[in-house]
Amino acid sequence: MRPHPMPTLGLLIGATLLALMPPRALAAGDAARGAQVYEARCAGCHSVQADRVGPRHAGVVGRQAGSVPGFAYSPALQKSGITWDATTLNRWLSNPEALVPGQRMGYRLGDADQRADVIAYLATLADTPR
Amino acid sequence: MFLARTSHLTLSAAAVGLLAGSGAARAQSSSAMQADVGILNVALGLEHEAIGAYQLGAGSGLLQKPVLDVAVQFQSHHKAHRDALIATIQKLGGKPVAEKSLDDYAKALNAATLKSQADVLALAAKLELGATNAYLGVIPSFKDHALGQVAARLAADETMHFTVLSQTLGRALPAGALSFGG
Repeated sequence: MRPHPMPTLGLLIGATLLALMPPRALAAGDAARGAQVYEARCAGCHSVQADRVGPRHAGVVGRQAGSVPGFAYSPALQKSGITWDATTLNRWLSNPEALVPGQRMGYRLGDADQRADVIAYLATLADTPR
Repeated sequence: MFLARTSHLTLSAAAVGLLAGSGAARAQSSSAMQADVGILNVALGLEHEAIGAYQLGAGSGLLQKPVLDVAVQFQSHHKAHRDALIATIQKLGGKPVAEKSLDDYAKALNAATLKSQADVLALAAKLELGATNAYLGVIPSFKDHALGQVAARLAADETMHFTVLSQTLGRALPAGALSFGG
């Protein structure tokens, strides 16, 4: 008996849709836990007030990507047109290269709960002069 | 300067050792190679910063022997990492990122607040933990999987540094397994 082609096609379409979907919806994070995750996972390259290997994070939520004055961003991120909010940060932290091909951050924060907590923490960081 | 003493022979040997198994010379697409070079340059920036941090610690006069000797040894590891990364980046046709001035690192790391040996060690431990997690976190992003192994070897060194520094500070070991990376 000839197999019906539809299940295979359905699987293909389903797999394609899954691949195109952004990371799962962002749950409400805990800023206090996020501060701890930030210290352990992000502070190797970033700090709140100073540019290091990565740019400073004070005021990052609501900021245009690639816009901290004096920091040497990739052209890809500078041209991305992204504004950092909970959704874009979640996609960025999940897989930066998938969001902005050609950017320079190779680090991925794979745990969705940790991402939510870090984003909640980042939202508390006001952009104050050092 | 005391911390600046390192053997070029030792560093070259370390660099060659790292590169020998990296497969970095394998043919890759230009965009994949550029992506890998970008990640390696971030790693190189971390190594430059770590060398600067240990330089600031030693120059502060706050570190006493034998802690100072260990700090010098750790700095020499970071110099070996730096040289290996520079060689790899160049082998891939990239341009290695330059180090910043010591003043820049002092400002970025808030070095003016360091008042004791424990302060210096705590900063070093924080940077080593950060570097460990950074190296582990970039492994899935390498297009050339052999470079992932290089990152893992670098992470192992940073983990060793973090563990020694934590023990010296009298801190408890991580309570659970799989506390690094993730």
